[in-house]
This record gives sequence, C-alpha cells and structure tokens, in this order.
Amino acid sequence: MIEQLEQIEANAMQALAQVQSSAELQTWQNAHLGKKSPLMLVIGNMQSLAKEERPLVGQAGNRIKNNLQTAASARAESLAVAELSAKLKAESIDVTLPGRPHSGGRLHVSNQVLRQIYAIWAEMGFQVYRSRDVETDEYNFQLLNFPVGHPAREMQDTFHTHIPDVILRTHTSPGQIHAMRQFCPEPIRVILPGMCYRYEQITTRSEVQFHQIEGLAVGRNITFSDLKGTLTDFARRMFGQGVRTRFRTSYFPFTEPSAEMDVECFLCSGKGCKVCKYAGWLEILGCGMVHPVVLSNGGYDPQAFTGFAFGMGPERIAMLKYAIEDIRYFWGNDLRFLKQF
Amino acid sequence: MKLPYSWIKDFVKTDLSPFEIARKLTFAGLEVEGLHYVGLPKPKNTMGTSVTGLEWERDKLVLAEISAINPHPNAERLVLVDLWDGVQQHVVLTGAPNLLHLREAGKLDKPMMVAYAKLGARIYDGHVEGWVETVLKRAKIRGVESYSMVCSEKELGISEEHDGIIIFDDTLPDNSPLPPAGTPLVDVIGDVVFDISLTPNMVRNASVVGVAREIAAICSAPFQEPSYSAEQSGPSIHGRAFIEIRQPQVNPRFTATLIEGVEIAPSPEWLQRRLRLSGQRAINNIVDITNYVMLESGQPLHAFDYDILQQRAGGKAPTLITRFPAHGEGLTTLDGKARTLEPNTILVADSAGALSLGGIMGGAESEVHPGTRNVLLEVASWDYINIRRTVQNQQLQTSQAGYRFSRGVHPAMTVRANLRAAELMRTLGKGIIAQGMLDEYPTPAQTVVVDYPLSACKRLLGLEIAPDEIVRILTALGFAVQVQTDSLNITVPDTRLDISSGVIGIADITEEIARIYGYDNLPNTQIADVMPPQRSNSTFEREERLKDLLTRLSLQEVITYRLTSPAREERLGVPIRYPYLQLAKPITSEMTAMRQSVLSSVLEIAANNSRTALSQALFEIGSAYLLDNGEQNLPTEQARLVMVLTGLREMPVWNGGAPAMKDYFDLKGLVDALVADLHLAAVSVVAAQHGAFHPGKCAELRVNGESAGFFGELHPNVCAVYGLPTEAVLAADFELSVLLNAMPSTYKSSGISRYPSIVEDIALIVDEALPAAQVSALIAQTGGEQLVEVNLFDVYRNESQLGLGKKSLAYRLTYQRQDSTLTDVDAAKLRTKIVRRLEREVGAILRDR
Ligand SMILES: [Zn+2]
Repeated sequence: MIEQLEQIEANAMQALAQVQSSAELQTWQNAHLGKKSPLMLVIGNMQSLAKEERPLVGQAGNRIKNNLQTAASARAESLAVAELSAKLKAESIDVTLPGRPHSGGRLHVSNQVLRQIYAIWAEMGFQVYRSRDVETDEYNFQLLNFPVGHPAREMQDTFHTHIPDVILRTHTSPGQIHAMRQFCPEPIRVILPGMCYRYEQITTRSEVQFHQIEGLAVGRNITFSDLKGTLTDFARRMFGQGVRTRFRTSYFPFTEPSAEMDVECFLCSGKGCKVCKYAGWLEILGCGMVHPVVLSNGGYDPQAFTGFAFGMGPERIAMLKYAIEDIRYFWGNDLRFLKQF
Repeated sequence: MKLPYSWIKDFVKTDLSPFEIARKLTFAGLEVEGLHYVGLPKPKNTMGTSVTGLEWERDKLVLAEISAINPHPNAERLVLVDLWDGVQQHVVLTGAPNLLHLREAGKLDKPMMVAYAKLGARIYDGHVEGWVETVLKRAKIRGVESYSMVCSEKELGISEEHDGIIIFDDTLPDNSPLPPAGTPLVDVIGDVVFDISLTPNMVRNASVVGVAREIAAICSAPFQEPSYSAEQSGPSIHGRAFIEIRQPQVNPRFTATLIEGVEIAPSPEWLQRRLRLSGQRAINNIVDITNYVMLESGQPLHAFDYDILQQRAGGKAPTLITRFPAHGEGLTTLDGKARTLEPNTILVADSAGALSLGGIMGGAESEVHPGTRNVLLEVASWDYINIRRTVQNQQLQTSQAGYRFSRGVHPAMTVRANLRAAELMRTLGKGIIAQGMLDEYPTPAQTVVVDYPLSACKRLLGLEIAPDEIVRILTALGFAVQVQTDSLNITVPDTRLDISSGVIGIADITEEIARIYGYDNLPNTQIADVMPPQRSNSTFEREERLKDLLTRLSLQEVITYRLTSPAREERLGVPIRYPYLQLAKPITSEMTAMRQSVLSSVLEIAANNSRTALSQALFEIGSAYLLDNGEQNLPTEQARLVMVLTGLREMPVWNGGAPAMKDYFDLKGLVDALVADLHLAAVSVVAAQHGAFHPGKCAELRVNGESAGFFGELHPNVCAVYGLPTEAVLAADFELSVLLNAMPSTYKSSGISRYPSIVEDIALIVDEALPAAQVSALIAQTGGEQLVEVNLFDVYRNESQLGLGKKSLAYRLTYQRQDSTLTDVDAAKLRTKIVRRLEREVGAILRDR
C-alpha cells in the first residue's frame, strides 16, 4: 500500500513539473488532489485496510498530500511571477518617442533680466520706483544739468513730439528728479526701471526703444568708494561670485565724478573671446556721484548730502548672457525666440 | 580724433610704451579707441584695444640716399635711381611721379634722402585699395632687374598718399639734422597714431598739447609747454586792419596778426606727414599751418588773403566785423555751398559783405590761394551754444573747427595760437610778422578760483588723499594751487572751461583728482549711511503678482513697440478717442506716434507669429498714451492688460487625435481664473458690443460696477486686416488699474469640512435669452453657506422636449456644513428653496429626471 502511495506521489510530482500555466495548474490540482484523485481515493478507502496498516497508510497519505500541496503553491508562485513578467514585457514601449508638449507661460526675457536685477537690489534696500515715459525737456535734460544747447545733448538723440518741450525720455534719469522731489529730505535708495527712446535707425545693434534700469542712493554719507563697492557686489551677484570689476573715467552731465564699470567677461572668465572682443572685460554700466546741480534740483543741499547713481540696459545684459546677436528680436516677439528663455 | 605719438612727445617725456599710455588715457577719461602703428613694434597682447598698422623691420626698411636719377631704357614713366643704403650701392627702379620730372637729371647736385625697402621687406601694396600687406620679391620690369624699392607713405602705412615717394627734408621737426643713410626708418619716423574719442567735457584735449598734459599728469612725466613767442619785425598792424565786434556775447574775443611776404609752397615733409597721420590733407604751407596749430593747441584759426580784404575795402584798411546776418543774407562757403543763414548765425564780414561762417567755415572769396602774399590771421573765440546751433543747422558736423568751438574753447587760447601760427608762417612760409596784434576782448573770461576743502576727498570719494598728492595732480593738470590750513585755493588754468567755482567746483576738482589718482586705486566699501525708510510700491507689486499669475496660466509675455501710426491702429475698427502724441520727426512711416491701443500692438505680434506658431497665448502689460487733458499737456500713460489667444487648444501629439481650435470659452476660463486668483469681489460679466469683437461673442468685465474692459472673439473683419486667421482669435483688453485696485490686500480662506457632503443634480428649463451667470448667481445666493459648490455641467436644447426659445441648464450642487452633518431632509429643504426662487424670479421650471 505504501509503495502504491509513493508511486502516486512520484506520478503527481512528475505531472506538476510539466505544468506551464495557472490553467494547467488547476487541472493538475483536480487530477492529483481532487476528490477523485488516486491519493484521495486511497485515503478515502482506509476503512478497507487492515487495522494495523491504517496508521501507517494514514500518516503516509497525509505526508504525501502536504508534499503535493506545498509543491503546487510553489509552482503557482513561480508561474505568477513568470506570467506578470511576460505581461509587462508585452507592454513595453519606445521610450524615446516624444512626450506630450507642455507650454508653460514665461515672462519676456527683458523682464526676466529686470527681475533678477530687482531681486539683487531689493536685498540691498533699493526699491522699485517708476516714472513716466513721455517727459518734458525740463525733467529729461535741464534738471539733470543738460542746459538748452549743451553739447552733451548730442550724446542722446531725442524724439521730439508735436507738443513743444514734450519728448520721449532718452533715459530713466528723470525718475531721479521725481524720486528726490517726492522723498526729500529723507535718504533714498531706489531703482528706476523703464522704457527709453532714442532717435536712431533700427539695426541689429540699435533700437528706437529699450529698457534702462537706473539706481539712485542719496544720503548724508555716501561716497564714490561706496558706489564702487556696491556695484562690485551687484556684479558678483549678477554675473558670478568670482568676477572682477574695473572703473573707467567717463562723463555724464548728471554725475561727477562719472565712471563706466566693466565686468570681467563671464563668458571666457577674462581670457578673451569674441563677445568681449578679446578684451576680457565687458562694458556693463555707467555710474557716478550725483552732480551737485542735480541734488539741489531734487531739493537736497549738496553741501550736506551726497549720492550715487548708475544705469544699465537689461537688453544688453541679456544679449551678452545669452549670445543674442540681433537686438530686434526683443520687440519682434517671435515665439521661437521668446520660448528659449 | 587722431594724433601721432611723435608729435605728443614734443611736449611730454615718458618711457612708457604707447600701448601703456593708451590704457592709462582710457582709464582717465580719454578713451583710446584704437592704435594705428606706423613702424613701431606692436604689442603682443592687445587686450581688446583695436591695434592696426605695420611694424617696420629694422634691417629691411632704412633711410637711403639717392645720388643720381636716370631714365629707364624701355619705359617712359619709370626711372632708375642710384641709391646708397648705408651698406652698399643699388640701382632701384621706380615710377614715382615726384621723380619723373628728374628723369634726365643724372647725378644730383644734392643727394635726396628717401625711405628704402630692401628685398624681402614687408610693406603695404601701394597699388590696391585698402591695406594689403606684401613682401618685396625679385622681378624683372621692362627688362630691368628689380628687388627693392623707394617707398610712398601708403606703402609704409602712414597715409593713403601714393602720388609720390617720401622725400625727406634736411632736418627733423626739432631742427636737428636727419640721420645718415642706413638708419632704420623706424628710428627716424616710426610712429603710433592714437585714435581718441572724447566726451563733450574734454574738448580741451582735442589737441596734441592737451593730451600731452594729460599724459604728464597721469604718468608723472615732465611736460613742456610749446613756445608762444613770435618774432615781429614788420611795420605795425595797427591802422592797417580793424576789428569790430557787434555781438560780444557770441564773439567774446577776436584777435588778428598780419604776416606779409609769405611764399605759398608745399609744407615740409614732417609737417605734411603729421597732418596726414592726423587725418588732415596737406594743401599749402599757410593753410597747413592753421590746421597744424589747431591740432596742436585745440584753437581753430582762419587765414584771410589780406590783399583781397583790402581790395574789398576799396584799397583802404579793412575792418573785420562780426555780426548777425542781414535779412535774407546768404554766404557761399569754401566747400562751394551757397548757404541760407538763420538769423542768429554769427558771421565774420567786412564792409563789402559776409566773409565766413564765424568759427566754422571760411567763404570762398577771401581764402588763401597760390598767389597769396599777405595773410591776415584770424583767431577768435565764440559762444559754444551759438556755434553748436549753426553746426547743426548747416549740417557741418564734420567741421573740425565747428567740433571744437561748439564745445567751448577758452578765449585765452586765441593769443597763444595766433603767435604760434604767425611764427610758423615766418619760419616755414618766409613771411614777416607785423608788429602788434589786434585783440578785441569785450567779454573777458573770469578767472575761476575754487576754495577746495581738504575734507572733500574723504566726503565724496571715501578716501583721504594726502594734500601733497592732490597738489601734484592739480599742478600737473595746469592748476595753480595754494595750500591753506584746511583747504586749497585753486586757480583754474585759462585753457579750460569745464571747472566751475563753489560747490560745483568742488565736485569738478574732485573728479580731476580721482581720475588721475585712478578710480581703481580707490577702495570698494559698503554704504555706511542710514537705511532710508522702506516704502512699498503696491501698484508695482500687484502688477508683478499678476504677471506671475498670467505665466502660471501658460501665457507668454510680449513687449511691443510703443511707437505706432494712426493707420495701424485704425484697423481695430473703433473710433480713436484722443489726438495722438505725434513724433516731430519720425524715422519711418510705421512709427509716427505713441500708441493709444495696446491691443493693436499685440494683435500685430500674434499675426506675425501665426505664420509659424500652431498655438498662441500672449499677454502684454504696457501703456497707452492718451492726450486726454488737452494737447498742451503730457499724455496720461494708462497701463493696459491685453491677452490674445489663437490657434490650437492643445499642441498636436503623435498619438493624439485632431486637436480643437481655441474658442471663446478658453478665454472666458482664463478671465474666470484671473478673477478668482486675484480674489476680485463684485465682478460681473455681461454681454456687450465693441467694434473690434464678434457681435455675439463679446463681453464686458465689470469690477465693482466699473468697466475693466472688453473681451471676446475678435471680429473676422479685424482679423483679416491684421493678417490673422479669421476664426478663433480671442482677445481681452483691460484697464490694469481697475483690476489692481480691486485686489484686496488680504482675503479669508475657508476650512475643509470633516462632515459628509450631499451631491445632487438639478436641471432647469429657462428662457434662451437668460444668461447662465444670472441663474448661477441666484442659486449660489439662495443656497448660502451650506451650498459649497455650484457647477453648471450641461446646457441642453431641444425644441420638442423643452419648447421654443427654451434651454435646459443642468447643475451639480454640493451641500455641506462646516460644523455638523447635513441630513437629506436639510438638503431637500435647501433645494426646494432654490427651485422656488428660480421659478419666482426667472420663470425657471424644474425638469423631471
Ligand atoms: Zn570674453
């Protein structure tokens, strides 16, 4: 009887080894562990055995039943793993196909640069102050120490309008007078962004309208060395912690002493490249100590107050930073251009 | 402005290289835009400075001596010269036009010194346009062997001059003898031309002497002032010419000297070369001397033919009169132009009429000419604003004299330049200078004195500079300085007009000290001053928040031209409300005025992009310029928010279906999002009419009862004239301040209820004409706090089911309480209340499910 049971086990195990799918496993379950399976028939026929055989056959039958059940569940598990991996394999895709496009919105590149500039100056206590685009000759020139007929006016070709003495501002500097007259006698730290206009032909390098952003600090104790230090800090934040600056003498009627600040070329680290014309330096901004005439036009006593001012062009900075070769792209607003920033 | 280094060195002695000097000048405010090397060794690393020109090889380009000139056997236009280069004798072939007349000369009485290029020398090709380097090679020309040459200025890179070879004078400009044959040419005439760009305050340095003085100050080098003495041996000028100044404000000073018996001839080689290196043509000795002294001193001069003036005065002593033109008076200037004159143009005239445009350009008639014997030399001073106006009116921006006078030349310079030029006319023009000088000076310049506190450097620059150093700098720049206890008493030299007295003078002097001391030698410091009161700029801050919101909603910002033309804006098809602010002198017909419509600007951009972009969502925040206060006032700069949507709703994908075009509801969704995210209260959208929009798809946005502007689908006619697709262009044009002013400074959030909600759908049959917004508002209002969401999810029309002119609006309503569970009974009560109200107020009928 025991031999018969062992033969049943051997047959069942052999058949289990042939099972290849969960459906086949179910069939095997019915054939070898079902009510009518040889094993169950033997166990069911225990009554017909001799008394002394019964315990032995019972034990062997149960042992074999357990063996078969354990083997079947092991088989079921391995089949499930194989079937899932086959299913996943069949689902594979070409992962290099293009994704669904997401076109998030963006600020215009000029405003992105302006925001960077605002953020840096805001941390140094300079707040945004805006003033009008259409100005009077008085605010754009006279109060800034460009008298009528002064040769310095030739530095800024002006759009005049059909209204006498009403012009399009050539720089954001009229805002200096507006801010000073509004805040006098308090000290001032402001930055003045805005659109400016120059009477020029439109070419790859020059535009009739462009942004400027100017800064103004007025107080009782502000020096040219402060101007140098503050602008150098700005340059490091804007162009890289390692960049050096240098200051050349320049001339603006509304500042004295006047300077231009060069920043070590951040594209070639000062080694010389096409953009910096192999100088290793880039002209970034004009600056100087506020001229005594301008201070007093703003309401401040130039004997008691000093101040500094500086101005730069975000479009020029963007052109340098992103290798933009044509200034006309800015107001052309071609989406193929704007989407790059 | 181009100035040769050799000339500058007449007045300043320094061992620094020209390249190093150029860098120092640039940092001190005289921007050297380029260096043109004429023989001297070029720097290895140009550090971004434009460096051009030719370096002469010492062994291949030398001074040489021509002893004989013979004709070429086979060519009429060529000669053969016997030449000694200091080492050996050569026969050199040349076609130089200035030797041709000597082709039969044979042995010369006096040898001729020339510039000689040996075999293998690198020079410029004299026969081609521009600057092309070439290396001298052996050749046979018309049967005669040639391996070297005598050079023109062009071949050496001195000037464009190629009409003849250089023939040296016996002496150098300082009267020392020319060195012997064989001397490297670079040691004799090697040079560098500084090309300097000057800011308007620096016109005193539009001169060799000015630049030399700057170099002396920057490099701590000795400076030598030119000699301003003239040997006057002729009969006195007094009584033989007169000056009458009628406009002393415009012509503060007028001087004249008389040089008699001059011989008009070409100038010496060195003077011609200096002029040409400076970009001036050489004409004849007298005219050249006026140009030479102008370049040297910065003071323009003008030479009259004295005999012609005398003739015009009927044989009597002429009177030079400076005056404004008579009504309708004109003048033909040297350049042959007949000029009509503005009333305030200052003229130099005589009894017979106008002679020259004062300070800018001479007239043709009284000019020095080859037969001139006697010269009346005018050196005058003019008001810079008046001259600048004439320069602009007469389009004479290229005039060298006009350039200097329109920026201001100190009246004291007149006498110096006059003496210097007269003396040169004596020595180089063989003239005799009449004794005395006519000098009318009705408006003497005030001597400017600055009382400069020693504390000013610390106060303005942030660094204490030693008084000794300040005195050194200022003295080197020509200031006279007296040291006092706490201050310096500084007298401004009578060579410059850019320094004032008082508090402005302190700033002026501080700049002089700082730029010579070196900006880079000043420290970099942090502002130690008190922090000003911090002020918020709420308009700006709100605008920035709005921009963030718009970009979050996937809109691309554009920035457009604020210049436009009325014709461009007329295309919107709506009446223009105000007169335009027009440009006095437009650059193009496309840009003649400041815009009144931002929408028009953005539509133009959308039209341009529609050729390449499948989908666009643009916004601009910018100003419109409205002359709404009358035409004598500044325009109101009204900020607008414009949004334009067009093209596909979604970008096509390889595995997607055909994407739909955007429609009104894409824009409406955007407006809804804007209203929600800006937390605007009391907003309403009402159907409206606006010329630019589709009459059935246009709405007005009202905030607190005030119109914020219009939005909707653009009218197909407007699309067509802008070159946009004629369908599915959606636009909004809002007045920014209406939106920004309605943004609350804060708002309340609501908690998330822990209690279950009840959701139910109701459908209401209403009149077709009833706006859905009104039904939604009634539902929300009636439901109150317990109705947390009202969502219109279907609009259904079916004449047979609903009746003519009816529509069904299906809403999903969500009821919930914050503090307790809402029962079905509570919800049913609310629902009944809502339906009753709708039945009563808008005649709605609840549709059976
Ligand atoms: Zn670089």
